[in-house]
Amino acid sequence: MVLVLALGDLHIPHRAPDLPAKFKSMLVPGKIQHIICTGNLCIKEVHDYLKSLCPDMHVTRGEYDEDARYPETKTLTIGQFKLGLCHGHQVIPWGDLDSLAMLQRQLDVDILVTGHTHQFKAYKHEGGVVINPGSATGAYSSITYDVNPSFVLMDIDGLRVVVYVYELIDGEVKVDKIDFKKTATAHSAH
Amino acid sequence: MHGIQSLHVLKGPVREKEKREKERSELRDLVGKNLHVLSQIEGVDLDMYKDTVLPRVLEQVVNCKDELAQYYLMDCIIQVFPDEYHLQTLETLLGACPQLQSTVDIKTVLSQLMDRLSNYAASSAEVLPEFLQVEAFTKLSNAIGKVIEAQVDMPAVGAITLYVSLLTFTLRVHPDRLDYVDQVLGACVKKLSGKARLEDGKATKQIVALLSAPLEKYNDIVTALELSNYPRVMDYLDNATNKVMAVVIIQSIMKNNTYISTSDKVEALFELIKGLIKDLDGSPVDELDEEDFKEEQNSVARLIHMLYNDDPEEMLKIICTVRKHILTGGPKRLPFTVPPLIFSALKLVRQLQGQDGDVVGEDVPATPKKIFQLLHQTIEALSSVPAPELALRLYLQCAEAANDCDLEPVAYEFFTQAFILYEEEIADSKAQVTAIHLIIGTLQRMNIFGVENRDTLTHKATGYSAKLLKKPDQCRAVYACSHLFWVDDQDGMKDGERVILCLKRALRIANAAQQMANVTRGSNGPVTLFVEILNKYLYFFEKGNPQIYSAAIQDLVELIKTEMQGDMATPDPSANAFFASSLRYIQFQKQKGGIMGEKYESIKV
Repeated sequence: MVLVLALGDLHIPHRAPDLPAKFKSMLVPGKIQHIICTGNLCIKEVHDYLKSLCPDMHVTRGEYDEDARYPETKTLTIGQFKLGLCHGHQVIPWGDLDSLAMLQRQLDVDILVTGHTHQFKAYKHEGGVVINPGSATGAYSSITYDVNPSFVLMDIDGLRVVVYVYELIDGEVKVDKIDFKKTATAHSAH
Repeated sequence: MHGIQSLHVLKGPVREKEKREKERSELRDLVGKNLHVLSQIEGVDLDMYKDTVLPRVLEQVVNCKDELAQYYLMDCIIQVFPDEYHLQTLETLLGACPQLQSTVDIKTVLSQLMDRLSNYAASSAEVLPEFLQVEAFTKLSNAIGKVIEAQVDMPAVGAITLYVSLLTFTLRVHPDRLDYVDQVLGACVKKLSGKARLEDGKATKQIVALLSAPLEKYNDIVTALELSNYPRVMDYLDNATNKVMAVVIIQSIMKNNTYISTSDKVEALFELIKGLIKDLDGSPVDELDEEDFKEEQNSVARLIHMLYNDDPEEMLKIICTVRKHILTGGPKRLPFTVPPLIFSALKLVRQLQGQDGDVVGEDVPATPKKIFQLLHQTIEALSSVPAPELALRLYLQCAEAANDCDLEPVAYEFFTQAFILYEEEIADSKAQVTAIHLIIGTLQRMNIFGVENRDTLTHKATGYSAKLLKKPDQCRAVYACSHLFWVDDQDGMKDGERVILCLKRALRIANAAQQMANVTRGSNGPVTLFVEILNKYLYFFEKGNPQIYSAAIQDLVELIKTEMQGDMATPDPSANAFFASSLRYIQFQKQKGGIMGEKYESIKV
């Protein structure tokens, strides 16, 4: 069982002062093995805070990030799964699942995690799974109205990944989960 | 009693100093013990203490005229007898203070007394009425005033420490009496007035303690804002400490999740934290360490999100107040403070959008149009920094918001500003790539533009896309532009011709990139570009663009295969993987059957 925290679009301090208190109390150091962050943190303080939760942190560049050195895309392998990470402002039309699927094929990953729209999504198609963890602070988005703060926790176990989505709705944290199984005949690049 | 009198005798010049000290301290202990015993005697009740014991003891203390003894004994009295006794004899006890030797550290004595009484007050709510009954605050306040007046040479730190003790006392005993709290602060201001800003570190620390106490007690900055003397005390801090205090104030707000909800209170707050908002005289920003400065400004940025009222008129006033203040911050601060204000305003626009704005017969200053004007002017201020990339992003945000408000000219104007920045200020290649994608992405979502406006903007976007420095970047931006001509929702435009024109243009650029690579590096160039374009062909093919024929897709597939297998081909594993998964996708679609299967039938992979 490997726990991967996926979150992004915090937009601190441009659009939000901080993570919701209820989220902060849930995110305790030492419980998560990996953090993948879609971008738009935006400042070093946020980077350092996330790093304190888990040293294995991967971030891709959002268009408001202070640190210009984050990469545009990132791929990593966790267990049996290949994960791809990208903020998503580079994929036009924004939030378009078919265009995101193209990125997924391009990165050759089972799970693609992107953000930018601030809307939680977990979508399975023939090439794999596309996840958008939404905005962890519920930050304003020109694309999505009424954003609820949300983040995703993935539990990777063998060929199975359970995606837990945590959403703060009217002051309460609601959890939902989605199961994905990777077929054993997974394609290899070579 | 005799012991105290004896102390007086010991002051004779005949004895050696050391021996004198020893005997003094022995006698002190004896007297102290006596006092202690006195306090234990059952017969000494409050009345006896009040009428007999205390007056007599105090008489002796005053008469012995020995500063060390006096200090020790006052301290003893305070420690040894119960707090309720002190309350009831406050006037008498305090009355003795001015009569003591001028060198006695009376302020420490008074502080101790107040601390004891503070703790007594905290011990149970039942004793509080007693404090009111004996008018403890007034008496203590007066006593302190007299002591400070009498000891003209008392350093600032001494006076302030006294006021800190009195304030702690007041906050414990009379938390609801803001006027008392303000009075203490006022007395402090009076003591400090006429002097220059404090240089003494200890005194400064005490002032910070003085100012932090109400914040911690009330957990609500709004209460502190009502203390008229609060900002006046802050003015006596040196610039660096003033800023530290300002940060303490902000942290208190953030920690307590306090929202500040009127423009008047915002005005008062920004007065308090003005050290962070702008350069105070004589302290250029350069002096501050960069990291510290960033942290400071980021905390101001976070604060802006705590200024909120859900009444649009008041919220607009708040926004205007904040704007007024942050515009005095200068180019170093604007990049931090402008964005949160912009987004605050955009949230207000969205709120008004939902209201449909038909408030009959009233003069409604808060309209989206007005706010957009404000936004425009505020973003413009970033040109003084300069921060073109940030400004471009903010203009595009506003354009989208204007689109949602059906304000075509406003949206167009924001796009114009974005393009001007792109043309004139953004020279860095990497920055251009991001900027053009943001422009394309935003423009793709616009549904408000009439044909002419839309054509002008899409023409600009595609033009600039093709002019990016690196060919692969050109290629990607151009095929991204294809989406400008095809919007998936039901009323969206679907101009198949222009889509295919973009894709063909992208293909030409990819070809050119290939040739360039052949010539300059002697090897194949970016095959991956072709695979990307192939995927775009598939995208529009599936959407039903009549200009995309399956033959064209087949040709592309063959082209890629050829490129990959060619003589000069250097194996590119990621491009191979991408192509493989694209072919798998085509296969999958073919096998779907139905309409999709039919579409894909003629494509062989």
